[in-house]
Amino acid sequence: MSLDFLVVLAQWPMLLKGLALTVLLTAIAAPVGSGLGIACAWARLHGPSWLRVLVGSYVELIRNTPFIIQLFFIFFGLPALGVKLSAETASILAMVLNLGAYACEIVRAGIESTPPGQIEAAKSLALNRWQIFFRVVLPPSLARVWPALVSQIIIVMLGSAVCGQISTEEISYAANLISSRTFRSMESYILVTLVYLGFAVLLRQTLNWAGPRFIFGR
Amino acid sequence: MVDFSLWDIVRNLLLALRWTVALSLIAFVGGGLVGLALLVARLSKLPGAAPAVALYVQIFQGTPLLMQLFLTYFGLSMLGIDTSALFAASVCLTLYASAYFTEIWRGCVLSIPRGQWEAASSLAMNFREQLRYIILPQATRMAIAPTVGFLIQIIKGTALASVIGFVEITKAGQMIANATYEPFLVYGCVGLMYFALCFPLSVWSRRLERKLNPLR
Repeated sequence: MSLDFLVVLAQWPMLLKGLALTVLLTAIAAPVGSGLGIACAWARLHGPSWLRVLVGSYVELIRNTPFIIQLFFIFFGLPALGVKLSAETASILAMVLNLGAYACEIVRAGIESTPPGQIEAAKSLALNRWQIFFRVVLPPSLARVWPALVSQIIIVMLGSAVCGQISTEEISYAANLISSRTFRSMESYILVTLVYLGFAVLLRQTLNWAGPRFIFGR
Repeated sequence: MVDFSLWDIVRNLLLALRWTVALSLIAFVGGGLVGLALLVARLSKLPGAAPAVALYVQIFQGTPLLMQLFLTYFGLSMLGIDTSALFAASVCLTLYASAYFTEIWRGCVLSIPRGQWEAASSLAMNFREQLRYIILPQATRMAIAPTVGFLIQIIKGTALASVIGFVEITKAGQMIANATYEPFLVYGCVGLMYFALCFPLSVWSRRLERKLNPLR
């Protein structure tokens, strides 16, 4: 058994392109999915009852089925209803819907732990319900659940490896391609796995740094 | 083209569902045992054990399960072990589950007040007795709900074994969808079957969390 990484590294343009798409998928899915999660959390707590039921079913449906099935359903299943999506769009949609459901529960936990006095104080200052939600309730709630949300974003980023299965040319797709071109499967998968590990660490640090500064800081 | 009735689709998927359940149980039990061993190694203050286990956890939690499956599948055959897809998937999911279990359970053990350890050692209990009679019974109570919760993650994780060619329900769904040209129906059914498997577990896990959490 011998490993030869040079053959795989020689394919660096493909790896780089794959990494760029993985980063892009994450960069779109993370904010949009988190936004969806916040909207769903609001709907589950303050929405009309039909919306609560609807969002509740969405959250349970997503949380109790595998990501790959959600992806296949969107990419292979939806065209039957006349909704044809490119592999990239389907991947982003699946990632957003997936993150949205998990983020909803995370953000909801944060909102529910808001001390009632905060809301009463805001009401006594004559803030309207939107001001109360976006300026008083949400920022400290996000700060409380930020580590959990960051972990979930990373899980979704790692999950995006599955998107290669519907021919989205992200980095795990590049790994498959390189391994079938060079017959160096082990080397390409080790290399790409290390890239994922590095990106996961970097993403966590970036989000931990960015959160207090841009999302819920003052 | 072969004609598939709805019942044919459902029946074949249900047959394949057995393999999803089997693989989940293998990973759950195997991962539980390995995870427990890693936890004990970490708690025992064996030199080097704590950073080694932490690295192990970081590797499995920081990389995609899909890549881990590929690495196990090709790695085992590179080591000269004759692998079936079931064997590779079992090994990989066992290791994957063990990394999460050891971390979940460590959290439970850490949440037990320091005084419990100290009281146990002041009763001249050795490390094994402290774990066996004082720490683990209390930690187990706290660990049940998140452990059931992680079982759901394992069941969903087994879907990826389809990618290395193990015929569980996702792979069966792919094959049936290709044969029937009805991906909407087939993947819908597959999704609902996963839901039927996982949803009761999540309800149970939530109920356990309310019942067994000593802080509430």
